[in-house]
Amino acid sequence: MGAFLEVSYVSKYFPDPSGRGMQCIFKDVQCGIDQGTFVTVVGHSGCGKSTLLNIIAGLERASAGGVVLDGKEIDAPGLDRMVVFQNFALMPWMSVYENIRVAVKAAHPAWAQTQVHACVLKYIEMVGLTDAASKRPAMLSGGMRQRVGIARAFSVEPKVLLLDEPFAQIDALTRGAIQEELVSIWMRTRNTVFMVTHDVDEAILLSDRIMLMTRGPEAEIAEVVDITIPRPRSRTSIIEHPHYYKIRNHIIHFLVERSRRCDRPAEAMSHHTGGIHG
Amino acid sequence: MTLAVPNETFRAVALSALLLFAALFVWQLASTPSGGGRTQGLPGPAAVATVTWEMLSEPFYDRGPNDKGIGFQVLSSLGRVAIGYSLASVVAIFLGVILGLNPILLKAANPYIQILKPISPLAWMPLFLYTIKDATGAMILVIFMSTLWPTLANTAFGVSAIKRDYLNVAALLQLSWWGRFFKVILPAAAPTIVAGLRISIGSAWVAVVAAEMLVGGTGIGYFVWNEWNNLSLTRVMFAILVIGVVGLILDAGFTRLARAIAYIE
Repeated sequence: MGAFLEVSYVSKYFPDPSGRGMQCIFKDVQCGIDQGTFVTVVGHSGCGKSTLLNIIAGLERASAGGVVLDGKEIDAPGLDRMVVFQNFALMPWMSVYENIRVAVKAAHPAWAQTQVHACVLKYIEMVGLTDAASKRPAMLSGGMRQRVGIARAFSVEPKVLLLDEPFAQIDALTRGAIQEELVSIWMRTRNTVFMVTHDVDEAILLSDRIMLMTRGPEAEIAEVVDITIPRPRSRTSIIEHPHYYKIRNHIIHFLVERSRRCDRPAEAMSHHTGGIHG
Repeated sequence: MTLAVPNETFRAVALSALLLFAALFVWQLASTPSGGGRTQGLPGPAAVATVTWEMLSEPFYDRGPNDKGIGFQVLSSLGRVAIGYSLASVVAIFLGVILGLNPILLKAANPYIQILKPISPLAWMPLFLYTIKDATGAMILVIFMSTLWPTLANTAFGVSAIKRDYLNVAALLQLSWWGRFFKVILPAAAPTIVAGLRISIGSAWVAVVAAEMLVGGTGIGYFVWNEWNNLSLTRVMFAILVIGVVGLILDAGFTRLARAIAYIE
């Protein structure tokens, strides 16, 4: 009982646009995420996966159900969770250095200036932005900005990292490079990660486990796929793995054919599809 | 053969000089006494230039309450502006942030702000004189009223337009109220706030001249009124020039500040 991050029977309702009653975005979402695993929710846009992430972050409230992290219920944002945003959400009036420093100082209020400074430099170096440390985000490419976002999130050393479609706004060529950087950073730190995306290849490359969400309204997690392709993975090596296309086709088939709620087989909820093991 | 095309700045400066000469020429014409002898004519540019030279060569003399150097007058006006403006700015920014962060409160307070905003700050003067019974205090309060609204309205607008993302980051990082205020809200809304402060310093400078004309004693506005009573239009015109130049300098300061705090999304 009780995984490291436990999402139990979380539902979200929004006021219906027509003004009559409430619309159910997703209903009774349930999942447990073990410490040190990388779990991804894949689903169509509009299925509420970002809302689910915001609920875990504490930025939004669940309409029903709750989230428990490491034995404590989540009802507000906290430094034990940090988000990497789709649109980076860097402070444009701060340099790269200052953007990370504000996070490090928040996470370690008792630290001396020199300690903070060393920590900030460490994370800037981790994402390879040492030369750009004094630049403001507007001077950086999308890829570099998200590197800052990643460095900021890691610098807080949260219990759970929440990645909200982190690579969606980065051009395709840069995206691959940053995904691999993230893989290698994660291999070293082994943080617990909860990511949402609609990019299937990205999900397979990064995740230990992929949860497939049906289309909204009343979206649900219909299926969980374990990705047992051995690590370390890279974009070129995973596609050579015998199971890669089997997994990929399975997920795409789900997204195209089966993600409509009425088509969902009744027993599929939290059913691990066997057979797809590396 | 090609002719060098002068760049834009050069052409603007040349045109500026031309405009100045045209204005001086018209002024000279207007000040030349016409045949009718109905007026003595306005003081001409030369007379005003002489007085300007005199007054500026000895800005800090003090020969009794009604005869002080222009430096003293300007400084005393600026001092009042500094006090009233600073107080009003602190209050306006603080209230503006609170209103900007609470959409319902902003909506509730907005009608009152809209009623109070167009009131000439000088209309408050009798009330202030009656309640605090002190001319200097009343003048400072008039300046306070003149600068409160533009800064308040701009701050509330700027803060309410802050991107949700920045506030979310502040929330995730668990910044304290003051941390959020100084690290996120103020810098995020700074361009709009400074635009308000810039409008406000203009209104303050306008208000102080009028307030001093009413209840002065010292200050550039009082100087204008005093010289009018002395029928020294030359000095009045000199004072007008000084008021303009000081206003220009104040505004230029805020242009610089605006440039310093600007950011690109």
